[in-house]
Amino acid sequence: MKDTLTVGAPVIEAKGLNLTFQTGDGPVHALKDVNLTVNRGDFVSFIGPSGCGKTTFLRCVAALEHPTGGSLTVNGVSPDEARRKRAYGYVFQAAGLYPWRTIAGNIALPLEIMGFSKAEQAERIERVLDLVELKGFGKKFPWQLSGGMQQRASIARALAFDADILLMDEPFGALDEIVRDRLNEEVLKLWATTGKTIGFVTHSIPEAVYLSTKIVVMSPRPGRITDVIDSPLPKERPLDIRDSREFIEIAHRVREGLRAGHGDEV
Amino acid sequence: MTWLGGAILFWMAAWAVNSAVARSDFGKGRAGRLFVPLLFGVTVLVLWEGVVRGFGVQPVILPAPSLIGAKIAGSLDVLWADFVQTVLKGALSGFVMGVGAAFVVAIAIDRVPFLQRGLLPIGNFVAALPIVGLAPILVMWFGFDWQSKAAVVVVMVFFPVLVNLVAGLQASERMQRDLMATWGAGYWQTLLKLRLPAAMPFFFNGLKIASTLALIGAIVAEFFGSPIYGMGFRISTEVGRLGLDMVWATIAVAALAGSMLYGAITVIERWVTFWHPSQRH
Repeated sequence: MKDTLTVGAPVIEAKGLNLTFQTGDGPVHALKDVNLTVNRGDFVSFIGPSGCGKTTFLRCVAALEHPTGGSLTVNGVSPDEARRKRAYGYVFQAAGLYPWRTIAGNIALPLEIMGFSKAEQAERIERVLDLVELKGFGKKFPWQLSGGMQQRASIARALAFDADILLMDEPFGALDEIVRDRLNEEVLKLWATTGKTIGFVTHSIPEAVYLSTKIVVMSPRPGRITDVIDSPLPKERPLDIRDSREFIEIAHRVREGLRAGHGDEV
Repeated sequence: MTWLGGAILFWMAAWAVNSAVARSDFGKGRAGRLFVPLLFGVTVLVLWEGVVRGFGVQPVILPAPSLIGAKIAGSLDVLWADFVQTVLKGALSGFVMGVGAAFVVAIAIDRVPFLQRGLLPIGNFVAALPIVGLAPILVMWFGFDWQSKAAVVVVMVFFPVLVNLVAGLQASERMQRDLMATWGAGYWQTLLKLRLPAAMPFFFNGLKIASTLALIGAIVAEFFGSPIYGMGFRISTEVGRLGLDMVWATIAVAALAGSMLYGAITVIERWVTFWHPSQRH
């Protein structure tokens, strides 16, 4: 089934997407006229200040929020249907591991819900623990691990059921710079080996430029897209690529985009 | 006077031993942590004995611990029959039924928000009814035997367990519920795998409160009619006959039973909610 879908085919398509929250202070335009196509195998970063709708857009794709206008399809079907087909794994800002389960038990949880056999659960847990370099930590409880390790475990959990799309909402926002660099490298490696489509929310410009094939710059009030940058950087990215001229140019364009988005509200 | 002096001397010596033990390495071990409160308990008993004998306190006002001990040893069969009637039949069966009912209703309330607005106020209302008013009515309804005592206990334990469990079911984090949604989990899967485990610390708080209420309820309900055995019956009749040593013996059994029930719940709690920050060591 997976092989019939070619690389480069659109997996997430948003056309004229709108989302208005009704609050006590009147309506809030969280997303306004968002048009975006994400292709198979893309690594898309969403960057912008808080309130720009980057997380909201990701939550719409995950069917955790429901748009009030426009159309949004995931793998050609509605987000709700895609969710029922377990099209994506979602990694939140905090690891959100269940403290009463071991690391292996946490990774097993989505597999239990989806009805995988015990043997297959064990095999998948081994594989994803290896993938995020947590081999041997399966029997530990979450609170016995560092923050970075917990977040790695939550990524393993999102990978375990082999969804094509990985949605990550500021997954490393709470971690220090050194751990963050290391995990960014790991995510790139993971992306290269699994070929998944990744949607990644961040408010760090270097992180967005370092990771992405496509950078979506957003701005707030109303939440909208101000620029979409296709990165010319090669797929192989050592950490020191961040000192190259191309990298700095893209980072500059992102910064300009963010500034332009802020400009017209003053 | 020698009794009083001896008791005070023992008290001082035990105090010195205890503070030394508490500071030593032995005091930090498992045996030491048991030894310190045990010695403290013995000291209280010795002091009590000394004061009663030293001042010649009337047994009706306060019997000496040795007298109570002798009474317990001499009437084990009566105390055992009372214990079976009140604790095992009345309190424990009522506790199990009340907790079970609270569990079912808590999930019903959670499933149907309408019930939350309807049932919680009614539960609150019933909980506010005074036990001394409710007990005679329930004795009229369910007869003199343990069934009416169990009914009183059901009413008493139901509400604290219900309120705690309803609160506990809201205790899971939004993000964790979102995660369940992204995996396509249904209501029951989310309940079993996320919300009930997250509710357990609350549930056990409710159980602990309920365990003491259960014993009080079962004993007090016997004041309003019972067969000629049971701890509440024993206390009320022996007071009338000035058999205060028997009253104290019954109180000792009740305290022991209450502590054991509470202790058992604490042990199960530690096993179930080992993951909670309050239980981690």
